[in-house]
Amino acid sequence: MDYFLTDQQKLLQQLCRQIAEEKIVKVAKDLDEKEEFPYEIMKILAQSDLFGIYIPQQYGGLLELSEGKTIGGVLDLCIATEELSRACGGIAVCYAASALGTFPIILYGNEEQKNKFLPDLAKGKKMAAFAITEPEAGSDASSIKTTAVKDGNFYILNGVKHFITNGGEAEVYVVIAMTDKTKGARGASAFILEKGMPGFSFGKKEEKLGIRASVTRELIFDNCKVPKENLLGKEGLGFIITMKTFDVSRPGVAAQAVGIAQGALDLALRYAKERQQFGKSISSFQGIQWMLADMATQIEAARALVYSVAKIIDSGNTDVSKESAMAKLFASDTAMKVTTEAVQIFGGYGYMRDYPIEKYMRDAKITQIYEGTNQIQRNIIALQLIKEMAK
Amino acid sequence: MEIVVCIKQVPETTEVKINPQTNTLIREGVKSIINPFDMYALEEAIRLKEKYSGKTIVITMGPPQAESALREALAMGIDEGILITDRTFAGSDTWATSYTLSKAILKIGNFDLVLCGKQASDGDTAQVGPGISAHLDIPQVTYVKKIREINNKNCIVERMTEEGYEVILTPLPCVLTVVKEINEPRLPSLRGLMRAKQTQIIRWSARELKLDEEKIGLKGSPTQVVKIFSPPQRKGGVVFKGETSEVVDKLISLLKDQLP
Repeated sequence: MDYFLTDQQKLLQQLCRQIAEEKIVKVAKDLDEKEEFPYEIMKILAQSDLFGIYIPQQYGGLLELSEGKTIGGVLDLCIATEELSRACGGIAVCYAASALGTFPIILYGNEEQKNKFLPDLAKGKKMAAFAITEPEAGSDASSIKTTAVKDGNFYILNGVKHFITNGGEAEVYVVIAMTDKTKGARGASAFILEKGMPGFSFGKKEEKLGIRASVTRELIFDNCKVPKENLLGKEGLGFIITMKTFDVSRPGVAAQAVGIAQGALDLALRYAKERQQFGKSISSFQGIQWMLADMATQIEAARALVYSVAKIIDSGNTDVSKESAMAKLFASDTAMKVTTEAVQIFGGYGYMRDYPIEKYMRDAKITQIYEGTNQIQRNIIALQLIKEMAK
Repeated sequence: MEIVVCIKQVPETTEVKINPQTNTLIREGVKSIINPFDMYALEEAIRLKEKYSGKTIVITMGPPQAESALREALAMGIDEGILITDRTFAGSDTWATSYTLSKAILKIGNFDLVLCGKQASDGDTAQVGPGISAHLDIPQVTYVKKIREINNKNCIVERMTEEGYEVILTPLPCVLTVVKEINEPRLPSLRGLMRAKQTQIIRWSARELKLDEEKIGLKGSPTQVVKIFSPPQRKGGVVFKGETSEVVDKLISLLKDQLP
C-alpha cells in the first residue's frame, strides 16, 4: 500500500532494507543462538545515520523540525524499525530501545542537557536506554522502590532496575526514581545517568525466549552520585515523563511487531510456493491461501494504524495515549498471530531451529509484553474512552 | 589530496548468459550495479579523504543510465560525479576506453591519485587501469591490497602477488588498481542518499573532451570482437574400472588408437 512517504522516508526504507538483507540476515541466527549483542550492525546503523532520524538537526540529527515542535521523526523511526525487524526483531530492538532512552531528553531536556547528550546519540557514538521497571514494579509502575535523595549539588540514587533493554551497552540512561515517597506517583523523578558514574553498576544479564541479540540487564545504584543538573524536567515529573515517552515510543514497538510479522509472512509465502505435498506446491491449497491472505490483511491493517499514529505525533500532536496504545496492542497481537500461523505453514520444519521461522514466533511474543503489557494498553484505551465520554 | 575514482556499471551477475542466435549478451531482467571491484576503490578514496581531507571525484564512461552508478558512489560519500557519455564511444575496447578516461582526468586537472578496481566483472580484462596510466604517462601499481603511507609526493603500497605481496614506493600522481582485500566497502548513509539525489552530475561528451576521433569508439579500438559464444559444455571423461593390469592395457590401446 502507498503511504505517501516523503522522498527521504522512501530512501530510508530502501537503505534499511539493504542493511537488513545484506548485513542482518546472515548474522541473525548466530547472534540469536549465542545471545550476542550486534556491535557490528550498530556501527553500520550509526554510519548510515539511522540514529539521527528522530533527533533535531540543531542537535546533530537529521530531523527538520518546524517552529514550536519538540518532537518528530516518529514515522521515520517506525519505518527503520519495521525494516530491520523484518530481518531480526532482536537486532531491531537494540536500535529502537536507544530511541526510547532518547525521547525523554528530547521531550523534557533543557538546552544544556540536549546539547550535552543528543549529538553523540544522533551520531550513534553512544546509545541510550530507559529504566523504570523493577523486580516488584512492572505494570504497577507506581510501586518503584529506587530512591533519589538530594544532597547538596547531587542526588544519591539507591535501588535496582531490571529487564533494562540495552543495559550495560548503552552509555546514557534515563532512570526513574522516587524523590518523595510520600507523594506516590507524584513523587517520582527522571534522571539522566551515564555509564561509569560512581555507584552505578550492572547486574545479571537475562537469558530470554526471543529477541536474544538484544541485551537485557539489571542496573544497580549503590549510593550513586548524580549531579543535580542531570534531573530531567522537575522533581515529581517522573511519571508524566514516562507516560509521555511511552506515548511517542509505542509506535516504535508496534512497528517492530509489524516488521516481525512481515518477515514471517515473507518466509511463509516463499516456503508455501516451494514446499511440495500431494504432488503440488502447498500454496495451491485453499487452506494455505486463506491463511496467507488473512496474515497479509492483518499486517497491512496494523501497519496502516501504526503509520497513522506516527504521523499524528509528527504533526505535533502528542496527546495520543489512546491511539498509541491501540497501535501497540493491535500490531503486537497481529505479530503473535501471524508468526504462529507462519510456523504452522512450515509444518514440522517450522518447529525446527534449522529453519528461521520459529525465531520470528519467539521474537514476536515480547511485543505483547514490553513497554506496557497489552492488558495495560487496554486499560489506557478504556480509560481514555471513558474520559472522552465524560467530556 | 585529490582523488579520481574510475568506475564501470556492469550487469549484476557473474554468469552472463549469451543469446545463442544473436551471440549477444542477454541484458533483459539483469540489474545494473557498480562493478564490485570498483566498490573497493570508492571506499579507499573515501577513507583517504576522511584521513587526509581533500576531494574525491568519481568518473564513468557509459550510456546515460550509468548516471545511477555515479549517484550510488555519491551516496557512499564521494564528492562529485562526472559521466562521460557520447554515442561515438560505442564499441570502445580497453585501449579506447582508457584513452577517453585519461583525457577526462586531464580535464579535471589537479589530481594526486587515480583509483580503479582491479578489473570489471563483465569484461575481466584488468586493462583499463593500466591503460589510463599509460595514456597519462604516470606510474601504476596493480593489485594493491593496502596503502601503507601516502604524502604529497609518494605513496607506499602493498601489491598482492600469488606468493605474498610486494611493497612498492611510487611517486604521485599515480594509478592504483585495488583488490578486495584492501577494505570492506560501506553502505550508503541517509545523508549521502539525500545529497546524491540532489547533486548535479556533470556530463562530458567527446567534443568537450577534445578527443581525437580516430582514437575513440570502434575506430580507435585495436581489439575487435569477432564473435561471442558460450563454449560447448565439456563431456565427462571415460572411467575404466577393474583390475589394474587390465585397465592399464585398455588405456594404452585406446591412447594408441587416438595417436595420429
